[in-house]
Amino acid sequence: MISLGSCDILHSWGKFIFTGFGLGLLIGVTLVMAGVYRGMVDDGRILLDNSGAELWVVQNGTLGPYAEPSSVYDDEYRTTMSMPGVDRAANITYLTMQVAKGKNDVRVMVVGIAPGTLGITPGWPPFLAAGRQVTRNHYEAVADIASGFKLGDQIKIRRNHYTVVGLSRRMVSSNGDPMIFIPLKDAQEAQFLKDNDAIWQGRRRDGAGDEAIGTTPSSNHYVNAILVRVVPGYSQDQVADSIRRWQRLTVYTRAQMEDILVGKMIAASAKQIGMFLVILAIVSAAIVAFIIYTLTMDKIREIAVLKLIGTRNRVIAAMIMQQALALGVIGFVVGKITATFAAPAFPKYVLLIPIDSLSGFVAVMLICVLASLVAIRMALKVDPAEAIGG
Amino acid sequence: MGGKGIKIEGMKKRYGEGDTAAYALKDVDMDVAPGEVVGLIGPSGSGKSTLLKCLGAVIDPTEGRMMLGDEVIFDNGWKVKDLCALRRDKIGFVFQAPYLIPFLNVLDNVALLPMLAGLHNDEAREKAMELLTALDVQHRADAMPSRLSGGEQQRVAIARGLVNRPPVILADEPTAPLDSKRAMAVVRILNEMALKLQTAIIVVTHDEKIIPTFKRIYHIRDGVTHEEVGEGRSYK
Ligand SMILES: Nc1ncnc2c1ncn2[C@@H]1O[C@H](COP(=O)(O)OP(=O)(O)O)[C@@H](O)[C@H]1O
Ligand SMILES: [Mg+2]
Repeated sequence: MISLGSCDILHSWGKFIFTGFGLGLLIGVTLVMAGVYRGMVDDGRILLDNSGAELWVVQNGTLGPYAEPSSVYDDEYRTTMSMPGVDRAANITYLTMQVAKGKNDVRVMVVGIAPGTLGITPGWPPFLAAGRQVTRNHYEAVADIASGFKLGDQIKIRRNHYTVVGLSRRMVSSNGDPMIFIPLKDAQEAQFLKDNDAIWQGRRRDGAGDEAIGTTPSSNHYVNAILVRVVPGYSQDQVADSIRRWQRLTVYTRAQMEDILVGKMIAASAKQIGMFLVILAIVSAAIVAFIIYTLTMDKIREIAVLKLIGTRNRVIAAMIMQQALALGVIGFVVGKITATFAAPAFPKYVLLIPIDSLSGFVAVMLICVLASLVAIRMALKVDPAEAIGG
Repeated sequence: MGGKGIKIEGMKKRYGEGDTAAYALKDVDMDVAPGEVVGLIGPSGSGKSTLLKCLGAVIDPTEGRMMLGDEVIFDNGWKVKDLCALRRDKIGFVFQAPYLIPFLNVLDNVALLPMLAGLHNDEAREKAMELLTALDVQHRADAMPSRLSGGEQQRVAIARGLVNRPPVILADEPTAPLDSKRAMAVVRILNEMALKLQTAIIVVTHDEKIIPTFKRIYHIRDGVTHEEVGEGRSYK
């Protein structure tokens, strides 16, 4: 038996390619959307992985340091260090800001890292693509490659200039902003210092003279969090418990932190993306249903003739469904190609994973099957007697 | 091969129920032998289309018997179960317009029927090619129907009607759109094929050009058939 569906597709291939292409662009957008979500989750996980921490100690009662502001006195880490089961504890600050790069600004997350050693002090970028880690106490920076800075570039953060001595890779905030690592002391200063312009404006408004300078704090004694590594063999939950009890600080384990980042911060975006996916699915279904319905309408007489000469209903239904599925396959292929080529062009990290493609494909096929049902219903109602004149 | 042609006895067809009931066919008797071509003529509204639909097994007669060869198809309300398969295997249709399937080439338009009957593609195409050759359109086998002339299309349509070697062919105004030369050609083909394949052919027509060629004619008036002897003129 020849496939009536494929023969009809070959005969009117222009319509199929054209519609399939339009459908494909929609599917491409859908895949990219799913990729944006996966990228956000992945960014969050990598942020946690690369921090090198097992516990996050933050201001009591906050969801810090990524989801909410958190301030912890910078001496607390010494107490934390002395807790049983704590292997390493290091202060860290995070500050999201715009920094000038050439004529443009880039949005970055400035990370203040405690002095120490790579692989031992939590918070340091674990791998560098080029250059070296920050070794001096002041005015050196490791920038993520995604920020666009190069080795030797000068970055102005607040009042000070930092020389880029190293480049990291895939070190981004949960928003996807590239990180810039600078010494902790500098970062603490930057976080609480107004920049020159603000100081100048402040002075002018106070109407005060030079004595106002004295009131401007030049340093502060707070950090956003303490990153903790646990001695192997100790339970993370137990260590977290004792820190909570003794220091009256909130402590999150890796699993809890991931829940905050992925479950709370990204959840709203996920819902938004989910809504878009639903709309796109409906639009795709409408397009497929409409085109298959139209193609079937154009064939009513042929269908009556086919039935009259003894074609079974299931052969006719299969013909229509084949066309809907073909449309879905063309659309999916076009969409997959579009998404693959378009993904790198998006400002945010777009992570296309096979399981999303697979479920996308299954969804497209399901939508096509459902969309063809209207046309199939109509075709099955065609009376073979219509082929014989009235 | 043809068997014993088609035979109808006392066929009635009622449309509607109760007050609106009306008989489109009141008393139809026909008997067409294998190899015979008969005409079925009658004024508009006399019941030709209704009869053709009953003969074509797309509507059920209310009363009466219909036999194809030895097989009883309808018998006073009883009918064979699988009318779809019956139409495919036992009845050939030729319409006023060729009604070819536009997305199949000429060969597959004809081969489709044996394929539907379960033959392998190769066998079905071989069978189709035989018919196309008999109707002298084998050279257009690979063409799409839209590339063919009206006459060629009609011959392909006849080939499709004949390809499963049905005992009966129903032709519904097969010459209406054709000029007299081509109309005669179709009549000649139908007569030759009827003889060659031992098929009973019933031609519903208004066409004055071809009516004189029938040896036997069924007149239908108000749902009642009357048999007449035709002129049986040469169509050569
Ligand atoms: N589906 C139908 N329902 C009710 N009456 C019908 C139907 N089809 C045909 N008729 C009636 O049956 C009679 C015969 O019609 P038809 O078979 O079409 O005749 P013809 O083809 O010779 O013009 C007419 O009176 C017509 O109105
Ligand atoms: Mg009629």
